[in-house]
Order: sequence, then C-alpha cells, then structure tokens
Amino acid sequence: MPVILATDLIVYALALSAAWFAVKTRRDGNVRAAWLELRRRRLAMISLALIALYAAVALADSIRYRDAAQGGGYSAEALSLLDRAASGLRTRAEKTYSAPFSGRLFSKESVELPDGRVVRDYPALKYPGAHWLGTDKVGGDILFASLKGVRTGIVIGAGATIVVIPFAIFFGVVAGYFGGVIDDVVQYVYTTLASIPGVLLIVAFMLLFGGRGYQGGLISEKDVALAFFVPNDRLFWLCVILGITSWTDLCRLIRAETLKLRELEYVQSARTFGAGGLRIIYRHIVPNLMHLVLITFVIQFSGLVLAESVLSYIGIGVGPEMGSWGNMINTARLELSREPVVWWNLLAAFIFMFGLVLPANIFGDAVRDALDPRLRGR
Amino acid sequence: MFSYIVRRILYAVPIVVGVNCLTAALFFYVNTPDDMARKILGEKNVTPAAIENWKAGHGYNLPAFVNAKESGLGTLTQTVFFQKSAPLLWLDFGRSDRNNIDIGGEIKTRMWPSLAISVPIFIAGLASELFVAMMLARWRGTLLDLWGLVASVVMMSVSALFYIIGGQYVLGKYLMLFPISGYDAGVHSIKFLVLPVVIGVISGVGSGVRFYRTVFLEEMGKDYIRTARAKGLGEGRVLFKHGLKNAMIPVLTNVVVSIPFLFYGSLIMETFFSVPGLGNFTIDAIQSQDFAIVRSMVYLGSILYIVGLILTDISYTLVDPRVRLE
Amino acid sequence: MKDRAVRGIMRLARPAACGVLLLLLVPGCTPNNPYRASERGANIFYTTFSEPPKHLDPGRAYSSDEYDLIGQIYEPPLQYHYLKRPYTLIPASAAETPGPVYYDKNGKRLRPSAPAEAVAKAVYEIKIKKGLAYAAHPAFAKTSGGAPVYANLTPDAARGINEVKDFPIKASREAVSGDFVYGIMRLADPLVECPVLPILEKYILGLKEYGDALRADLAEIRRQRKEAAGPAYNQDTDERERPIILDYRRHKLPGVEKAGAYTYRVILKTKYPQFIYWLAMPFFAPVPEEAALFYAQPALAGKNITLDRFPVGTGPYMMDTFNPNMEITLVANREFHGETYPTEGGAGDLEAGLLKDGGKPMPFIEKIVFKLEKEAIPRWNKFLQGYYDNSGIGTDSFDQAVSISAGGRAELTGAMKAKGITLTTSVRPSTYYAGFNMLDPAVGGYGERARKLRQAISIALDFEEYIEIFNNGRGIPAHSPLPPGIFGYGGRAEAAIDPYVYDWDPARKRPVRKSIEDARRVLKEAGYPEGRGADGEPLVITFDNPWTGVDSTPMINWYIKRFKLLGVQLENRTTDYNRFQEKMLKGNFQFFSWGWNADYPDPENFFFLLASSNGKVKYQGENAANYSNAEFDRRFKQMENMDNTPERMGIIAEMTDLVQRDSPWVWGFHPVAFGLHHRWVSNVKPNAMANNTMKYARLGAAQRELLRDEWNRPGWGIAAAAAAAAAVITGGAYVLARRRGGTAADNRGHRPCSPTS
Repeated sequence: MPVILATDLIVYALALSAAWFAVKTRRDGNVRAAWLELRRRRLAMISLALIALYAAVALADSIRYRDAAQGGGYSAEALSLLDRAASGLRTRAEKTYSAPFSGRLFSKESVELPDGRVVRDYPALKYPGAHWLGTDKVGGDILFASLKGVRTGIVIGAGATIVVIPFAIFFGVVAGYFGGVIDDVVQYVYTTLASIPGVLLIVAFMLLFGGRGYQGGLISEKDVALAFFVPNDRLFWLCVILGITSWTDLCRLIRAETLKLRELEYVQSARTFGAGGLRIIYRHIVPNLMHLVLITFVIQFSGLVLAESVLSYIGIGVGPEMGSWGNMINTARLELSREPVVWWNLLAAFIFMFGLVLPANIFGDAVRDALDPRLRGR
Repeated sequence: MFSYIVRRILYAVPIVVGVNCLTAALFFYVNTPDDMARKILGEKNVTPAAIENWKAGHGYNLPAFVNAKESGLGTLTQTVFFQKSAPLLWLDFGRSDRNNIDIGGEIKTRMWPSLAISVPIFIAGLASELFVAMMLARWRGTLLDLWGLVASVVMMSVSALFYIIGGQYVLGKYLMLFPISGYDAGVHSIKFLVLPVVIGVISGVGSGVRFYRTVFLEEMGKDYIRTARAKGLGEGRVLFKHGLKNAMIPVLTNVVVSIPFLFYGSLIMETFFSVPGLGNFTIDAIQSQDFAIVRSMVYLGSILYIVGLILTDISYTLVDPRVRLE
Repeated sequence: MKDRAVRGIMRLARPAACGVLLLLLVPGCTPNNPYRASERGANIFYTTFSEPPKHLDPGRAYSSDEYDLIGQIYEPPLQYHYLKRPYTLIPASAAETPGPVYYDKNGKRLRPSAPAEAVAKAVYEIKIKKGLAYAAHPAFAKTSGGAPVYANLTPDAARGINEVKDFPIKASREAVSGDFVYGIMRLADPLVECPVLPILEKYILGLKEYGDALRADLAEIRRQRKEAAGPAYNQDTDERERPIILDYRRHKLPGVEKAGAYTYRVILKTKYPQFIYWLAMPFFAPVPEEAALFYAQPALAGKNITLDRFPVGTGPYMMDTFNPNMEITLVANREFHGETYPTEGGAGDLEAGLLKDGGKPMPFIEKIVFKLEKEAIPRWNKFLQGYYDNSGIGTDSFDQAVSISAGGRAELTGAMKAKGITLTTSVRPSTYYAGFNMLDPAVGGYGERARKLRQAISIALDFEEYIEIFNNGRGIPAHSPLPPGIFGYGGRAEAAIDPYVYDWDPARKRPVRKSIEDARRVLKEAGYPEGRGADGEPLVITFDNPWTGVDSTPMINWYIKRFKLLGVQLENRTTDYNRFQEKMLKGNFQFFSWGWNADYPDPENFFFLLASSNGKVKYQGENAANYSNAEFDRRFKQMENMDNTPERMGIIAEMTDLVQRDSPWVWGFHPVAFGLHHRWVSNVKPNAMANNTMKYARLGAAQRELLRDEWNRPGWGIAAAAAAAAAVITGGAYVLARRRGGTAADNRGHRPCSPTS
C-alpha cells in the first residue's frame, strides 16, 4: 500500500518540473538557448550532476509503501525505496558509537566474564567494518542517517519555494497588472510579512501547526487520509513557513517585471484586440516571468538548506525521527566535547551538506547568468 | 525631505498595526492562557485554582478579542488582545509572563552586549568584504580573482554552526587563546568578543565578497570609468576614487537596512558564546515559551525593519545628490 | 590638516592598542582566563547556572536551580545535616527541632504515637535562635525619626540605581518570630503565587480560608480600580504604577500563632509527620515586612528590582550582583549569626577528611560567582581549564572523566586523576519511569490480560541497557517507586525485587531481568501472540513524551526498538510540553515517560504518585498513570501518617507487592548524580536534600592560581605558524594576481536570502 506524505508531493513536483524542462529544451527555442549556454560551463554541469544524484536519492526516499501485515491490515512502517535498498545499513545497528570502519565499539563497557568477573573493555561490533561513516549514539549507521538527511535537505531547499510559487506569481502579477488598490493591498501584505523577523515568525508558526504533524517514524492510521495520504506533515509546514518568510523577494520581483511587461507593445496590442485581463496574464505575462521564478528558486535553494540546520538548533526544525543534517549537527555539538572526540557524525553531516550546497550555489549562479544577466548582484 | 520622512512614517503605521494584530492572533492561538499558566506554574501541584489565580494576576482572565460583559468601549479594551498588544503600539512592552520582569527595562540593558558583538562584526565584516571584493575587482580575470571566488563560494556553502563549533574548538579549547565563552561588562568584554567577532566575520565574508565584487564589476563596466581610465588614471585610483563612490548605492541598499538590526543581536552567536544580549533573550523566551517577550521582540524587529527602510532612502540622498525624495 | 588628524588618531590609537594587548595578556600568561585580573588569588568560588532563575522569592521559588541560590541566603527553621546519612534534620534558624503535639477534637492532648484518625490538631511550636540578623539592606535603613529612608521613592531618586547594592544607606535588624509568621502568611497571598499552596492548604489550619479571603480582597481592589479608570483600565500598567499591597492583618490565620519574640506555632488540621520536612524548605524562612513594602515601590519595580530578584535573608550569604543574563554573585553576610562546621559525620567522613574543619565558623568562602553557561561544551571545557571549581558530568564527557573499575565501581580516568580532580557520587531521591494510562481500554485496566501485557512490556524495556546507553551506567534500575535512601526501600534483596520482571540469581545474589523470550511468553498469555491481537492486527501503542533536544531521537528509537522485540508497535507522539500536559490531563494517551523529584525524603512523597485520590484525570493530581486500587489506597492512607516504624515498613512492602503485580509503571531507574571538583576545593560531600551546602565548602585559592597557569599555556607556536601561513597566502595572492585566470570574470555573486540570517 503506497503512502504519500505531503512533502513527497514536493519531491514529485520537483521531479516533474525537471522532466518538463528536459522536454522544453528540445521544443522551446529560448529555453534551448539558455540550456546550450549552461552546457558550456563545465562546473555548472558537474554541479547539476551532483544535484541530480541528491535528487535521485530524495526521490527514492519519497516513494514508500507499507507491507501487508500478517492477518490483514498494513504494517505501521512505511519504508521507502531507499530504506529497502539500504536495508543492510538500516538494520545493522550496533549498541552505541563506533568509529568509521572500526571493528569495536568506541567506549569501554563493563563486560561480565562467565566466572562473574567484570572487566572494562571495548566490546566487538556485531558487524565489524560495515559502518563506513561510523555509528551514532544508539548504534545507528551514520551513512544511512546522512542519506536520510538528503530528502529533508532537498525538500526544504526546494519545497519552500515550490509551495509559495503559485501565490507569489498570483499576487505579484495581479498587483503589477491591475495596479491601484489591489497593488496597495498586496504591497501592504508583503511589507508586513517581511517586517516580522523571520525566525520568530517561523517559531510561532511551527508551534501553531507543526507540533501535531507527522514527524517521521511509524505511521498511525489517524494521520492517514484516504488510506495513503498523510496531509499533516511537520516538514511540510516548515516548508510553508520558510516559503512565507522568503516569498516577498519573489513577489516584489514579479510585480516589477509585470509592471514592465504590461507596457510592452504586444501586450498593449493584445489588449486593443479585446483580449481579457486574465487571458493576457495567462498567455503573455506569466510565461515571460518563468525565468525569474527559476532563478529565485535555484538561488534560494542553498540558503534554505543551510537554514534547516539552524532551525534544528533552536528546536523547531525537523522531528527527531526524520533524519536531517541539522539534527546530526545538533547531536555532534555534544560529541565534540568528548575526549576522544566523536568526529564522524559532524564530518558526515558536513560533507553531505557541503556536497549539496556548494553545487547548488555554483549551479544557481550559472542559471542566473544564462537566463538573465541583468539580475546579477541580486 | 522632512515631509517625505513624515509621510514614510505615517505609511509605516498601518504596517505596524498589521504586525501587531498578526502576532497577537498567532500567539494567542498557539498558546491559550491556560496552556501558558500550566507551562509556567511548572510540573508539580498545578491545580485549577492555581491556574485561575495566575490568569487573574497576569490579566489573562479576560476574553481574547471581545468582552461581552462590558459595555461601550470596555467591550474592546477589556480584552487580552487590547490589554497585552495595544500598549506595544506606544512601546510599552509590559511585563514578561514567566517572571514578571519589565521587558522594556530588560531590552535597554541587554541592548549593549548585543551591540558590543554585532557592531564590530558589522564594521569589520563590511570593511573586509569591501576590501577583498575591491581587490578581486581590481585584478579581475586573474588567478587571484578565480581563487578568491572559489574560496568565497566554498565559504558560503558551510553552515554558520560549523564555523562556531570549529572556532570554539580550535581557538578556545585547543590553542587556549581566548576564553571559550562568556561576557563581562565594559572594557573587560574585549577578550570575550574577539572570538565571536572573528567567527562572525568569517562566516559572512563569502557571500559578502561575491556580492560586492559584482557591484564593483558592474561599475567598472560603465562609461565614466572608461573615461577616467582613458585620462590615464591608474587602475587603483579609478577603482577607489570613482568606483567606490558610485557603487555606494547598491552597497547602501544592502547595508543600511541592516543597521537597526544591530540592536537586535544575533540569536545563535549570543547563545553559543553566552553573551547576554537581546538574541539570547529571545532564544530564552522561545524556549521557555514566554510569549510576552517573544511578542515584544517580534514587534521591535518589525519597527527596526521599517526604520531601516526609511534610513536607506535617506542615505541615498546623502551619497547621491541626484536622488531626490518627495 | 589631514596629517594632523591622522596623527591625532594615531596618538589615541596607540594606548588603546596597548590596553587591548595588556588586557589579553595580564592574567598570568593565560589569555583565555575569563575573569578579571583583580580576582586573581581571591577566595571566590566559581560555578555556573544553566538558565536564568525565574524566581528567588522564598514563597515562590521551587526549582533546584533557584534553591542553589536562595538556599544560601534564606534560612528556614530546619536544615539537613550536611554529613549524616540517612538524611537527618537539624536546626538552622530554629533553636531546636520541634516535635508536634497532638490534640483530639475535644482539645485533649494525645500521645505522639496516636492514630491519625484521633488527631484533630497538630501543633508545632518553633523556638527560633536569638540574634538572627538580616543581611544589610536598604529596606531596613531608618531616618533618625525612625521612618524608612527609602519610602515613596520617585523615579528621580531611583536614577542611577540598578541593583540593591547601589543604595548608599543600608542597615540590618534582628529576625524575630513575627517575620516567620509573616513569611507563612505571604504564602497565601495570591500575588506571591506560591506553588505549594494547594498542598499546604490541606494541612495548615485555616490557610485555605485565609487565602480565599486575600484573593477576594485582591479581586475587590482590582474591581474598584477598574471602575475608577473606566474602559482605559489596564491591569498590567495600573499595577506597575500602583502596586497592590494586601493587608494581611485584615483576616485571621488561625494556623499560625506568634508566641513571644522568639517563638511561634504552626497548627495543622491533621497528623502529618512529613510537615517537619517542609520546615527545611525556604517557604518557611523569615521574610521581613519592610522588604516587601520596600520592593512594592513602582520606581523600583520598573527597574526590575523586586523581592523576586533580590532576596533579603538571614543566611550565610547575601546577594551581591544579580545579572541573570550573565552572572549572579553572592558574598558572605557580615551579619550572619554564626554557625560552625559539623564535628560529627557519617561513616567514612573522618577518613575522607570531611571533619578536619569541625567546629570552625562558617562560611569559609568569601564570594560565590555563578556564571550563566547554557551550553554544556564550553562549561565542561572551562572546568578542565580550571576556571570552574566544580562540574557535573554530561553523558558525552563521561568516558573522558570516568571509567568503571573491574569491581563495577566508578573511578576517575587517569587524565582526571592527574589533574587532581575528585569524583563524588550520590543517588538522587528521584525516579524516572514510564507509565501506562490505566484508564485506557487496551493497556489499562486491572484484568489479568492487561496486567500481563504491562508486565511483558516491563520486561522488554531493559532499563539496564537504557542506563548504560543514555546515562553511562549512572542509575539504579528500579523495582518500585522508592529510590534508595528513602525509608522502605528494599534494596536489591531477593524479597524486594519485582518478581514479574526479574528473577533472583542465587549464585550471584542479585536480580536478573527476565529474558525477552519470557516477555514474549507473558505477552502470549495476555492474548497477544507475537504482538498481535485476537483479530490478527498488530498491537499499536502510542507513546507520549515532551522530549526535545539532542538525546530525544536516540531515546525514542530505543523505546521503539525494545517494543519491536515483542512485535508490538510503538507509535511515537512527541509534542511540546504544553500539549503533553494537556493530553495527560485529559487522559488522552496510552504510554508515557515522566519523572519525579522528591520534595522530602519520605516514602509518602513517592507512593502518593499512585494514590487514586491524586488521579490526574479525575483530580488533576500527580498520579499520571491514573492508577486506582482500593487495596493500595487503604494502605496508603494508613502509611502516610505513620512514623518510620517496622510496622510502616511492612505496609510499604505490601503496597510494593500490589503495584508490582499491577505494573501501572515500568519501573525505570533512579539516577545517580556524579559530581567533580578540583583538588583545591574541600569539604565536599554530595547531599541531595540540602540546598544550603555552599557554606561548608573551602577553597585553596593560591593553589588554584598556580594550577590554572600551568594548565593554560596558550599555543602561541601554532598561532604563530598560522599567522605565517596567512602571510604566505597573502603573498601568494599577489603572485596569483599577476596571472590570467579562467572564466571567473563572468561568474558573479549574489547575496543568498536566508530567512534566518
């Protein structure tokens, strides 16, 4: 039985739009030109490949289903393709910390010998050498935890923007095209939202909506609508509020661009031919805004991924059972004060995060340059 | 100019009111007074009588928005919303929910440690970003430029948390060059400030350099620069004399709006280094769910934002006489 | 012109730069020293607090971090003996430990062993010491005419005053019985919001009525003020400008009587032997009325100068600076009536050198500095650097500090021993448990089926493992609610183990947890073979907890893992604390985890957590599992008012058997506190009940200074190398600038918009 979380929709939307762009590059001349421009940059292509790899992991981690339980019904565990593919990593848990590739636990424990004597030694691992990035406090594999963090990173980076794109386009276009009172109202709304300090707005919102949402782990029937959909997803709410705090830039940009487009000749002539406002917006204005949307999307991506770790630090990030790099960093802070230091958790989070954010930054720059050189410096 | 400022301030009023209503609605919905009382009264012996007593003592025993028991104006004023939120409009922050401290007084004292850490970060950060950016722009197209850019992209791809954790570990614990954390009043604070300031500057330098470099490059492409160059001025002089001056507008847009926020401190920096500033205050309030404080800080933040916008506009006229405000 | 300006700046800059360098270098050669140079060698104890204390009002403070402070300042009538175990009460501000006198309803005096039903009145007559004096405080300052100096302060007069010590004139006065009586009356004041009032109301004669009367007075004053102000009335603003002072003399409180300047009586409605423990809590410390009036001035409240922040007590220390965002310092109270270090202690104290100061006047330490330290890492590191004198041990620094020796005893690691650090351990009078909702149809109830289900889960939740993973072995697995050190604790003897969860290993003479196969078998008997119910559906149990923070994920995963061994699915429902509380109150949960810290070392304070009269859902009490067993309740009623006799022991054993069979809780564990202190600190013995322990501690400040310098040799060499490397990079930059680069020119920057920046 498939299970779809609200945030899975974001990943699907991301995958679909990627596919749509792929088709577009063959059909649409403008897009093709921009793509060819991008193709010339080796670094951007390497970055894209890396991002695609991450996205593939996220997609694999977003297709999940529940196995039928014995005697009818379904298991409460909805394992994703990733969970199933990496079931070795997932299930081979140790007791507690062990260093990468190590064959023994990291801390000594009292081991009772058969004669009743107790000695203190490093116990052997159940699966020596199997943990390439070590294990965490309860013996979970760090590599697996990092892989689980991929989906969270991608969802937050992409989701926040995807969730608000329709609203930003709608309000921006409407404000720019119709002007007057509507414009004033829209401007008022986004200035008001922008003036509230982001973190505090996020905190209030997450306390309001996020507390009761699904946070990973086992699925209860109460959460599930229509037998497969989980609408109340904490991560989804996080995307929504991150979107709300970051949509003003996009909305402002779109409004300004619409103001300009409205005065263009072909729009004016369409109007004289009697085309209705909505039709003009749909046919002539929105398509000419898409590059702005795309640019904002790629540029916000990396900042949002980084923001997740900070939010987890404050304690309003992703729930404890949904793997995330932010949670890993948060745990790692304490591990650093151990002596000897438990460094692998932090290192793994760092590498995985860096491996996504760096390509995202490079690719974001390249996309902007290819699509709209005027926007440099924004 | 004066009338413009007045007009801007008047325009800010509805925004401030909007923020006020929005936060009040959000926070009162998040936490009903009963929740608040239970949380604050602790784990043991929380009886209904104790909850009622707490609510009465803190003015939370009123209805949220409309008080039907009162007549006339009282129906609106004798409500939690009006009693708790409206005084914010005239900057009366009231008392905190949890320990009855006067929030206004607390903000006044905590502002200074925040400034002590944020102003040096701001100045040193801006100076180093501008300097490096200018160097890169001066030698654009060289390997220096290339590696400088690579370094800044790499630096901005690292979460600020890594910088803090790493800096504390290496400089504080391992090399023992600085106190790991803490704060002291007045001139004694200097030794505590070095480490957070260094880390603050480093964590911001990547994105700053990239941004300002672009700004400078854009200016370098303009006609007047070419003219200046054609006159035979050296590249350095062109850059510093003309480039910097004309790049001021985009720089200001970026910078001035953040000046008022220096008061606000930095949430994470302050908690990690135990600096008793406003950022720390806010985090404490969030963690102990003292919404009177959080509400005040939200409100203060939006006012600072609006002040920043107005300051930005004014600063334009100061650097560029061509910009007139009306 | 320009040059002159530059030179002027240079002239100013040079001393400033020197100053900065000096500041960095002056405290020895330890630039990481967080303290001022003037504090070198001073008799100052450095420790920390992790969050700002919320309340320091003796009528309101109730948490251990608050007691760490006010325990040193306020002096209740009694205190716990510092060294003796089991915990023994001895006089503090009282002259002797009072014994209750019981009367029946006809006023006839009864024997001390009289049954609780016969007792209609229990009178505690408390004689206080003569010569108790409050620490110097501006509230006591009087003009020559006898009027307080600082009454009706105007905002102008209060300018420049940010703390109590900023007032130039201070005075002291003797604390007399009236202050003790006043302190008790304050507890009923609704403005004080005393957290234990609901409990005390049950016992102290007339306290409930008195509190109600004061509450009515307050409501009436507020009503009148509101009427006068009309719709513009704002309670917050109004009471900030005109604080309300309730008149305690308008009503009579029959439960407290003053009997002369040095004697007062507290009268209880019932026999309640545990009351004596309450007399060791700051709630019963003397409070001067002058202080309450002094602080009720609007000019001070606006500056956050209140009794809730600046205590006025008779104890060995007084508040010096109170900056809860940074540091709180206490200094020795010059007016302290004097107390000497105990001359006798428990077993082994003499050998441990804990008695060598016997008979010497306390306190030994001149000043105590509490620094705010929220993060565990900096705190631990500063302890190792010698900048804090004591420390707890976080789980993550445990391996660094402690190793368990072959005999299973905790011992410091070599690195710690080399530093001369000392380890102290003590079992805390508290318990962490996981409970079932006894009202729930699936896991609750008293039938055989539900009982077996709970027992199976109790076996599966292997708290030995839990303690090992999450507490580094710092805990004692529980067999009943009672922790060690409390009367009635059975120890690890065969008769005391929980026979439903443990087997007795006669060879090793200790309990052994039943195996997971046993648990599966019990679960099968309960009707859930392999975790499935009669319908074949897997059993799903929801788990409510308010956990946040770093350890929450692994802890929840551990629970899930253990349940999975039974084939039962545990569904995690982590919520914020508020919602957790709400769910508990409504009984909307199945399985939860909670803890309890004892108020006083008596079994009643633990067993009442399972008494049905304390049911959370029904009576909003502390019985969160909503356990209700008439047999248990009957014995509880009997046990609660008994003295510690063998008979009481017998009843406790019966009660323990009952709850072990019903298993409303999975007995978790009793945490063991590990503390560390440096070699220059002496007279340290952990005492889980006493909160006024600072006065006993002693410090070798000179030795500390030497060791700090030795331990903090900065890595100048590496720093210099790093600086050199930076210089090389800069030089390299110059070289790079001469070479043409690749595509960089058109690869331009942006400012990422992060919502949290």
